[in-house]
Amino acid sequence: MKPITDQAPVMLRVAKREINSPAFATLYFEFSLKFIPGQFVMVWIPGIDEKPYTISQHTPTTFAITIEAKGIFSKQAVALVPGDIVGFRGPFGNGFSVGSCQNIAIVAGGCGMAPLAPLVETLELPLEKKAQPDKNHPNILFIHGARSKEFILYPNRFVTQRQVCTDDGSSGHKGFVTDLLEQEINTRQKTGRPPLEMVYACGPEIMMHRIFALCESFGIPCQVSLERYMRCGFGVCGACVCGDQVVCTDGPVFDSAKLRTMDDFNRTALLKSGKPVSMDQYFSWRCQS
Amino acid sequence: MTIRFLCKKLKNPLVLASGVLGNNKEILERVHENGCGLVTMKSIGPAPRDGHKNPTVMDLGHGMINAVGLPTPGYAHMEEEWQALEQRSFPLNASIYGGSVKEYQTVAKFVTAKHPDFIEINISCPNSDQHGMIFGVSEQSAFDVVSAVKQVIDVPLIAKLTPQAPDIARIARACEAAGADAICAINTAGPGMVIDIEARMPVLAFKKGGLSGPMIRPIAVRCVYDIYEAVSIPIIGLGGVTTGEDAVEMIMAGASLVGIGSGVRYRGMGIFNQVNQELAAWLSAHDTTLEGIRGAAHGKDVIQKKGGNR
Repeated sequence: MKPITDQAPVMLRVAKREINSPAFATLYFEFSLKFIPGQFVMVWIPGIDEKPYTISQHTPTTFAITIEAKGIFSKQAVALVPGDIVGFRGPFGNGFSVGSCQNIAIVAGGCGMAPLAPLVETLELPLEKKAQPDKNHPNILFIHGARSKEFILYPNRFVTQRQVCTDDGSSGHKGFVTDLLEQEINTRQKTGRPPLEMVYACGPEIMMHRIFALCESFGIPCQVSLERYMRCGFGVCGACVCGDQVVCTDGPVFDSAKLRTMDDFNRTALLKSGKPVSMDQYFSWRCQS
Repeated sequence: MTIRFLCKKLKNPLVLASGVLGNNKEILERVHENGCGLVTMKSIGPAPRDGHKNPTVMDLGHGMINAVGLPTPGYAHMEEEWQALEQRSFPLNASIYGGSVKEYQTVAKFVTAKHPDFIEINISCPNSDQHGMIFGVSEQSAFDVVSAVKQVIDVPLIAKLTPQAPDIARIARACEAAGADAICAINTAGPGMVIDIEARMPVLAFKKGGLSGPMIRPIAVRCVYDIYEAVSIPIIGLGGVTTGEDAVEMIMAGASLVGIGSGVRYRGMGIFNQVNQELAAWLSAHDTTLEGIRGAAHGKDVIQKKGGNR
């Protein structure tokens, strides 16, 4: 089969659709795709539109994207059924960089879980092979926040224990993911356990910014994945610029060093017209397009 | 490789093409720092415009096809951007477009007060039925737009032309007669179309799109060659340039400055430094200068008739 590349789209048929919750669906495709967790593909529904989506599930012979039904495109996307054709370009951008850190936190907010899920699975590989992972000293602190219980994506997918928090308290901690992350950082300090060496995060930009600020105050490096309106996906059109960074090619994953230089992180995003607006204005527009 | 262009000193002869990365001051500055002598803003239009739905830009390997569709916040809605650009440390080319001579004039009048170093009028975009290219395919309308804009601006005017004109040299001559200070050629070629045979429909949402990148370089070189023989104002030559040798070719066709757009796709933002180095190395290996090769492909007679190199 023709490989999916960064050139004209390759059309694939939906192999399976999984309804994850009232708002989420995951579309599976039988195709061998080379990718690094955190990278994205441009997804074309012929006659509708083309949008960037991260790969949310990956095996040597399959991959999947998870869609939150919000705007015109995503509502069409979650309604696709097996046999429907979808075009793919990519994978684009820089994914999460995985080093040899032993003490890691992964923090997902809402559908920010999608790019982090394959990262968790990549990091879990060594853990899976251990006969009995030491429960008191988890290699991965895994936090997931969502509006309410039914918005917790992939509830039974991971080996790693997940700490859940919800806005309404319907599952886990009632409050923010940052509460749990800060608690863990403090506990580690007090009990003399090794500090976190890396925090990976994806979710609403305000959440990622809070995590970044928290990490900065404790000197912990982090990597977050940004979202902007995109056109080309390969760093030419400029639609997705955030300050002097081109999100599709310099990102979408940015590390602490880069985030420190990005004044527009959690401040400004461009509308389709190129007009810079506040993140609130940007997200209310995104939910309609 | 500093060069004087319309009385402005540039650190090298490379220009960022309009429509590529030019969305804000920070990214324009980064492109300049990456070795681009003159950076061009995305075309500014008369009213807010979203452009087309995706897919809008597609790489075809040997070049790109795009129908982004002239998105713009609109000239009157960019106050934050203009304020940031007032503080810039790099030369700026502001590209503008309109849907009528009057609109071009309105946008130009506003933009000139923001003090860009140059105003480029886009009379060549194929991706909107109401804007751009329709003004660049007839000598009379090109003349009308250029002279109307020239009346209201106090910075040099660059006319950006389309290869779709039946005779681009005549359009260039009309622009020169109307007061244009320079010609920029070429905008995207075509328009072309790519059909996805599985989807059984054109890939671009706008169906048709302008072609750019290496596949159009021979067209660009021919256009610059023809324009050089027709006018005495300087030319920004662009279309498919990705290497220093491509730049040499464009200069030999008659270009004073060389634009790069799609090349960013093929070599990243580092393309500007790379092309500068390759261009300098070629000139040095051939013991010559930018002036020494400008228009060289035309032969000595033509160069002399034009009063030597500028």
